[in-house]
Amino acid sequence: MNRREILRRSAAAGLLATPAAGLLAGCATSGGGDDKGDAGAYKGTKSEQNPLGVKEDAPLEVVIFNGGFGEEYAKAHEAMYKEKYPKAEIKHSATAEISKTLQPRFVDGSPPDVVNNSGAGQIDFNGLVSQNAIADLGELLAAPSLDTPGKTVKDTLLPGTVEVGSYDGKFLVLNYTYTVYGIWHSTKLFADRGWTYAKTWDDHIALCRQIKAAGIAPWTYAGVHPRYMSWPLISTAIKLGGPSVALAIDNLEPNAWKSDAMKTAADAWYQIVKDKFILAGSPGLDHKQSQTAWCQGKAAFISCGSWLESEQKDVTPAGFNMTVAPTPSLGSGDKLPFEAIRGTAGEPFMVPAKAKNVAGGLEYFRTMLSRKGAQDFTKKVASLPVVAGATEGIDLPYGLGTVVKALDASGSNGFNWVYNNYYRKLERNLVDAACGEFFSGRISPAEFLDQCQKGADSIAQDSSVKKYKRAA
Amino acid sequence: MRHGRYPLILSFLLPPLALYGIFVLSPYLQAFQISTTDWLGYSAQADPVGLANFRTLLHDGYVWNALKNNAILLAVVPVVTIALGLFFASMLTMGGRKGRAGVTGVRGTSVYRLVYFFPQVLSVVIIALLWKEIYSPTSGLLNGALRAVGMTDTPAWLGDPRFAFWCVLAVMVWSNVGFYVVLFGAAMQAIPRDIYEAVLLDGASRATMLRKITIPLLWDTIQVAWIYLAIAALDGFILVQLMTNGGPNFSSDVIGLRMYDTSFGSENKFGYASAIGVAMFFLTLSVAVLALRTARRDRIEYS
Repeated sequence: MNRREILRRSAAAGLLATPAAGLLAGCATSGGGDDKGDAGAYKGTKSEQNPLGVKEDAPLEVVIFNGGFGEEYAKAHEAMYKEKYPKAEIKHSATAEISKTLQPRFVDGSPPDVVNNSGAGQIDFNGLVSQNAIADLGELLAAPSLDTPGKTVKDTLLPGTVEVGSYDGKFLVLNYTYTVYGIWHSTKLFADRGWTYAKTWDDHIALCRQIKAAGIAPWTYAGVHPRYMSWPLISTAIKLGGPSVALAIDNLEPNAWKSDAMKTAADAWYQIVKDKFILAGSPGLDHKQSQTAWCQGKAAFISCGSWLESEQKDVTPAGFNMTVAPTPSLGSGDKLPFEAIRGTAGEPFMVPAKAKNVAGGLEYFRTMLSRKGAQDFTKKVASLPVVAGATEGIDLPYGLGTVVKALDASGSNGFNWVYNNYYRKLERNLVDAACGEFFSGRISPAEFLDQCQKGADSIAQDSSVKKYKRAA
Repeated sequence: MRHGRYPLILSFLLPPLALYGIFVLSPYLQAFQISTTDWLGYSAQADPVGLANFRTLLHDGYVWNALKNNAILLAVVPVVTIALGLFFASMLTMGGRKGRAGVTGVRGTSVYRLVYFFPQVLSVVIIALLWKEIYSPTSGLLNGALRAVGMTDTPAWLGDPRFAFWCVLAVMVWSNVGFYVVLFGAAMQAIPRDIYEAVLLDGASRATMLRKITIPLLWDTIQVAWIYLAIAALDGFILVQLMTNGGPNFSSDVIGLRMYDTSFGSENKFGYASAIGVAMFFLTLSVAVLALRTARRDRIEYS
């Protein structure tokens, strides 16, 4: 190789490198710039008929999480929207991987107009909110309901819906379904054996002993996602110590996980671990496997949310009659009555701040929250929407019937926590791992709470995570 | 004449180089740039933070825990896989006893070779789900077999931090061995028969034959296998994510899963995840270079 050739080659390499450098400048983070100026580009004139100012011929893009609820219900809502705005073209798509599918479009500044941000591939709300990526839904709350005369959209919602979707006082996320978290059992199994669900913890332990003697495991849980067991444990603590227990946890207060109520609750729950009331092998089961073992009558109790019935539809034997019940009371000192149950709005929907048709997105939510839209949803997926009275006159499946009854009985004593929305990692990773150790008997109640607290502290100290506080 | 060649060469070279540049090089380089920002992934805004992400990385216990697991994979998977691969391959090519002087494989060699290769045909996802069911504590094949031989109190395998990681490691070996059996087998076929016949006549045992003849003559192939397996051991992401998702209590976590979880899983810290990726890049690179250097020997050519 002579010198001339080297020169020639390096020149060629330089030629190749130039476009690469240009590419670099134009990729990933630099895409979209700050504003292409088309966020909320479609604006119509506001009127009494059109309180949100929807541009009637503006296209609307909806992305649905294709999970337990499927996508048919959303297609029905889209048809309702189209009925009102026949000139609007609706682009529908459904995916199980919301985060991976939509991330490039958020960066590019061209996100869809409505996103059902749910499932395992959900986009972390903490990050979305801190990056101002979600549109404020305040206008939607103030708008009149589509088919309930004289009421605003806000008036038609079940209590707690606005609070759960609010970050720093701004309502950003519409959680469309109302989920109840409790302990589930089969009415048939209990009737056959002559057992009754225990209202106090001591009775619960006695019942567990009886169940175990009958050759059935009293409990099973999703060992691969052990956070399912944190729900009844925290619920027990809240019923003992009042809603302030949850408030402290949500606000990442120092030693919130080691409050007296949490200690007492963890000690109580340790009994089912110590006395081997849990189906052998549960730590190795995922949620589907454990729920199926429960449906097959291998275990009597399982902790889950009210999606359980539709999730287990295919494997539940006829006449199984699954029933949800609140966690047993620890004693007469409990601040909340036995009937108090954790209920919260779930299944999040949002309108990205940079969506082209923000008004259309809000209007789509108004359609979902109309009586007609909500009733259609209940009929299609057998779940409760956050619209009050949406189940009236509809024949509910057995499990959902018990959910409605439990909610009624709980009334204003219902409680909830939101640290899992604020800090996804804290529940999904850290508390989850601690629950796995605790419920498989490898650590003591004190060590369990220590590990949870350590997780909460690591979030509190992480300056890259935006912190939220709630008042009550 | 000489100059006329360049347009032709360039027209063949440029498109693939451009594709490589756009889809391979530029993401790599971008990862380096992103790793010095606090990018959260859902807006175009990313502020440079210098090397802060790498400083966090040094003190991140979860990352070190994952690295420790990768180190174990790196130490165990290549050795076990290559050992098993060599053993099976030599059984298949020269394990037969028929006609003591001849060199043949055990009976049914072609069937075994096919069976060993099966896992290679399955996609990794299917392998992971298959084994997840086999390890299932209540309805799995493994515990079913253990109960059949009278064992009570069967382990929860993937649900037990003492076993979960090793269960995944075993699957990693299982899914890889078949390929190396075929690779080593093919290389062994290329070794001239007369060498074996000569040492057999000299009275060498099969073990000596493997140690003194086969392995030295296969060294090039083994070296390639070593590098592939070392790189695979630094990954392990798909199997771990599907079988245990790093659990229980992070006992089966690997560095690839840490990166995924940081960007798409429980958080959206793309800047920090890129820093993990950059660290992974250098790790993999140094392991590959080291493996190449230490395994270097003179090549033997048959004439």
